[in-house]
Amino acid sequence: MVLSEWTGVLLFFIGGLLVGGGAIVTSYLIHPRRIQAQKYEPYECGVDTIGPTWVQFKTSYFLYALLFVIFDVETIYLYPWAVKFQSLGLFAFIEMIIFLFILIVGLWYAWKEGALEWK
Amino acid sequence: MGENIFTGIAESLRAFLYGAGVPPLASELIVLIVKLLAVIIFVSLNVVWLVYMERKIAAYIQCRIGPNRVGPKGLLQTVADVVKLLAKEIIIPRRVDKVVYLAAPILVFVPPMLAFAVIPWGDGMAPIDLNIGVFYILAVGSLSTIIFWMGGWSSNNKYSLVGGMRVVAQMVSYELPLVLSLLGVIMLTGTLSITEIVNAQRGTWFIFAQPLAFLIYFIAGVSEVNRVPFDLVEGESEIIAGPYTEYSGMAYAMYMLAEYGNMMVISCMCTIMFLGGWLAPFGWTFLPSWFWFFIKVYLMIFIFMWIRWTYPRIRVDQLLGFGWKVLVPLSLANIFVTGVGMYIYRAIGW
Amino acid sequence: MEGIWTAVAFYLLAATIVVSALLVVMLKNIVHSVLWLAVCFVSMGGLFLTLDADFLAAVQVLVYAGAVCIMVVFGIMLIQRGNMGSTNLFNNQTKAAAGVVALVLVVCGYLAATTPWASPAFAVPEKTVESIAEIMLTKYVIPFEVAAILLLVALVGAIFLAKEVKKADAHND
Repeated sequence: MVLSEWTGVLLFFIGGLLVGGGAIVTSYLIHPRRIQAQKYEPYECGVDTIGPTWVQFKTSYFLYALLFVIFDVETIYLYPWAVKFQSLGLFAFIEMIIFLFILIVGLWYAWKEGALEWK
Repeated sequence: MGENIFTGIAESLRAFLYGAGVPPLASELIVLIVKLLAVIIFVSLNVVWLVYMERKIAAYIQCRIGPNRVGPKGLLQTVADVVKLLAKEIIIPRRVDKVVYLAAPILVFVPPMLAFAVIPWGDGMAPIDLNIGVFYILAVGSLSTIIFWMGGWSSNNKYSLVGGMRVVAQMVSYELPLVLSLLGVIMLTGTLSITEIVNAQRGTWFIFAQPLAFLIYFIAGVSEVNRVPFDLVEGESEIIAGPYTEYSGMAYAMYMLAEYGNMMVISCMCTIMFLGGWLAPFGWTFLPSWFWFFIKVYLMIFIFMWIRWTYPRIRVDQLLGFGWKVLVPLSLANIFVTGVGMYIYRAIGW
Repeated sequence: MEGIWTAVAFYLLAATIVVSALLVVMLKNIVHSVLWLAVCFVSMGGLFLTLDADFLAAVQVLVYAGAVCIMVVFGIMLIQRGNMGSTNLFNNQTKAAAGVVALVLVVCGYLAATTPWASPAFAVPEKTVESIAEIMLTKYVIPFEVAAILLLVALVGAIFLAKEVKKADAHND
């Protein structure tokens, strides 16, 4: 292999962009344009929209995102461990159980404090 | 026996380029571009077919006939739809964030495309064989979340924004079980390479060794592609079409294309990780490997569709509660049980 | 040949990172800032690839572009602003920032120029994941477990803060 595999990945990235961009640009070139004031209003079941669109969202969303970041970081530790699980032996397994236990305590705390509830 | 038709084509192309005196760098590049084009064409054809299949299955489940006018048995219905959408105006409503609004449908097909780059469509038929294939698919898959959100946020529409926020909350909550459930398989095989994982299933498919992981992965996968019963994101009876509400014409079609593309990625991953990839069941090797892969992927897709037309939508608190309180603890337990189980197996002389 | 292309990739990625990072701090609309932040993170992943650290590149994309950006997005949606055009309020100190950046650049440049760069004793292993696991679970066990505790502390702190916000919300209603 002369090229790195990642050149291929780059190529597929460009390919994905071309599929999306190509479709939109083609459509943009051939589609009709008939200007009507109502057509460009935000869709709200035929009623004029009231108030600003970008409203405040509740904290539950943010909590889920935070929990997600923390557990996502945890999973990236788990992946290398799982790959070497069979050769590293019992000691590594116990280390990982401790690691997981600490984080399960976190999950338990989040659960207890109602951070997982959608209120 | 039709085995390796496609690898044969790739080999002969390579040999031809070598014979024509093309420098190795350029010939590698040409082979890659041919692979890319093949994947694009294959995926587009599949998506067109899947939309038709979805409508037909829905129709039969509901005792209707479904599309039957355009072409034989309505086969050309989706083609007609695509052509129609191509000729429709892409409406840009007032006060939308134009750049983000148009960037989202262009970008939305990139994550599934990147994932298709490493999927082995048959024995030795992965366009690119990465060392960290599985992890790579998870990484690029996580990018779609923010692209959907871009569409929802930029539309200047309350339904879109609510849909966009729901996309993120839902995909984020179900990405964890999705990622964690695969760990059981990784522990059994000790590799992240997709080819090696498939080859490790020559004895038993991992659906038998890791049934719980398969179930978790499948449920989380249904949720990741925002399909019924987890389609709160675009629940048409409450928020019109979620993030896609304002989109029209080809921009809307791109979202649909990406949705079916993502569904294919999840089905392919189920097949690779749990259903033995391209391996033939019962040693029935009279059919080529890519054919088996194809059948398994379509079986998974059929189950996706079957579920869609069978179950009602669940509530948002149920959705998030189920993800965090059932699937995450279960997948952690699965890792633990797998580890202990492997030690017990080894102790009794595996 | 190989070296040239790596260098080209490096400079392209570095340029993308610098430009997108500048846009993150300069743009008036904070959502655009976040989107450029995602571009910046993905290009950082590319930079890891030029160093043959494929696993780290995937981690960069998964954690930063896939998770941290999402968290920032939700953080933004917590603040209420009618006009999204002027949400990035802290970017009017351009001159002071330019001065500090120039200073940092000079110091870093000086250090980089004077450091005798030793080339690594052995090549990057073919399978980086295995090597990471071996080092992480044998030599660096303590930092590894400390990382777990750090994550736990972050989790508890976040929940505690969010609870206060919730209480304040309830009080305001």
